[in-house]
Amino acid sequence: MKPYSLYTNEVMKLFKNPHNMGIIKDPDGIGKVGNPLCGDVMWLYIKVKKRKDGKLIINDIKFQTFGCVAAIATSSKITDLAKGKTLEEALKIDRKDIVKSLGGLPVPKIHCSLLATDALAEAIYDYYTKNKLPIPDSLSKRHERIKKVLESVEERYEHVELEEKV
Amino acid sequence: MKKVYMDYGATTPTDPRVLKAMEPYFLKYYGNSMSVHSWGVKAKEALEESRERVASLMNAKAKEVVFTSSATESDNFALKGIAFANKNKGKHIIVSSIEHHAVLEPAEWLKKQGFEVTILPVDEYGLIDLNKLENVIRNDTVLVSIIFGNNEIGVIQDIKGIGKICREKGVYFHSDATQAFGKVPIDVKKMNIDLLTVNAHKMYGPKGVGGLYMRDGIEIEPLIHGGGHEFGLRSSTVNVAGIVGFAKAVEIQKKEMNSDAKKQIKFRDGMIKEISKIPDSRLNGHATKRLPNTVNFSFSYIEGESLIMQLDMKGIAASTGSACSTESLEPSHVLLAIGLKHEEAHGSLRLTLGKYTKKEEVNYVLKVLPGVVKKLRKISPFKRKWK
Repeated sequence: MKPYSLYTNEVMKLFKNPHNMGIIKDPDGIGKVGNPLCGDVMWLYIKVKKRKDGKLIINDIKFQTFGCVAAIATSSKITDLAKGKTLEEALKIDRKDIVKSLGGLPVPKIHCSLLATDALAEAIYDYYTKNKLPIPDSLSKRHERIKKVLESVEERYEHVELEEKV
Repeated sequence: MKKVYMDYGATTPTDPRVLKAMEPYFLKYYGNSMSVHSWGVKAKEALEESRERVASLMNAKAKEVVFTSSATESDNFALKGIAFANKNKGKHIIVSSIEHHAVLEPAEWLKKQGFEVTILPVDEYGLIDLNKLENVIRNDTVLVSIIFGNNEIGVIQDIKGIGKICREKGVYFHSDATQAFGKVPIDVKKMNIDLLTVNAHKMYGPKGVGGLYMRDGIEIEPLIHGGGHEFGLRSSTVNVAGIVGFAKAVEIQKKEMNSDAKKQIKFRDGMIKEISKIPDSRLNGHATKRLPNTVNFSFSYIEGESLIMQLDMKGIAASTGSACSTESLEPSHVLLAIGLKHEEAHGSLRLTLGKYTKKEEVNYVLKVLPGVVKKLRKISPFKRKWK
């Protein structure tokens, strides 16, 4: 990284060639989140599979993001961190893990990492709900918080047609 | 990799002729313009010759121009200096909603000092309505400040019309011409401008040099007090070399401005035509009342900082009004003022041309841009009509 560049090499690498970018056609869970401050929007799709030991794991994961370099890089990073993990493990991914594995983010961009972890939590919440599985209290509370924020962001974008109704 | 600089609105390279004119004032004629010995006299001569040259490009008298360190300083000087010197006449100031922060922030600060500020809205092209201006001028209004050519969308106001109204109403009229000076003709007398902010580094002069024209006889307080330089209006040892550079840049632009503008307008309009072909794009600002070098577009469904970085990876320098490119996470106030929705401001791109811009550079940008927009739209969850 050049000393005065805004972003680290890892951030720029993922921005250039984001991993797991795109849509999963019939996902098991979708997480849609938005940031009311900057206006970034992130959608995360997951496919869930039962492992041999009976645990549920994230078998496939893809993202779509309307946002800055940091938002795209953090989106890509969380898909890498979550892929293959059990749902419990995936929920434990902290925003700090993302920032750390990106080699850091500029201070005004730290909120982008929260968008990524929120999107993953929402996708897992969606999966639990659709499959009528018990939802941990902490996840329910988190969902309520994210939902409120998303409503304000959706209001802003209500005139934008979305590609697919999912 | 090909490198194309299309951010002349941020700053310009220094013209080699300017640099050459400046050099002796670092190495040989380094005297302080306030000294009475021959070194000082030589510096003073250069300073006063430069003042005449800079004044001549706006049809002002030499003594009406005070040199400063930047356009930001000149804007601060104009607003605060006029407000404080005239506070017994009134404490009301009018600025437009698309002023540079160098005008908006001093206006905000003056509010805290007990002044009243009216922010005049603009239409969808960024133009102020002269009738509206006339209506908001009050008996206690002392200053109207309207940007000459906007730094983001390039819109050029009806300066003559504004000047006429202000003169009739007996209100000082300041215009920030940072982007316009040296690019379009300015005549402070014909346009009834009382104060004009200019600077060197947007017109191929050095950074760190600005100027404020103030009509003979106006009442203004200095910002910087000290040794009494610049007619007692702006103390500080005078940056003679920088000012000589500014004057040289003015001399060059005086000769070359018209041909530069003609060439850039051709490039600009060609670019506008081509970029408009990108689906879900819109031109920001006015089609013709526009700085010769400024192109500004919004692309739906993508974000500006990502766009800038993608272009940077292709060797192109540009800028954006996206919220993501600022510390505050607020999108450009100019784009919001012309009625853009939040995400339209989010996806904005400013390309600013200069006298060194070549046709092949324009073509390169036009070749690269659609692909970059398409790539980012693929990443975005919003609808993609362009498929």
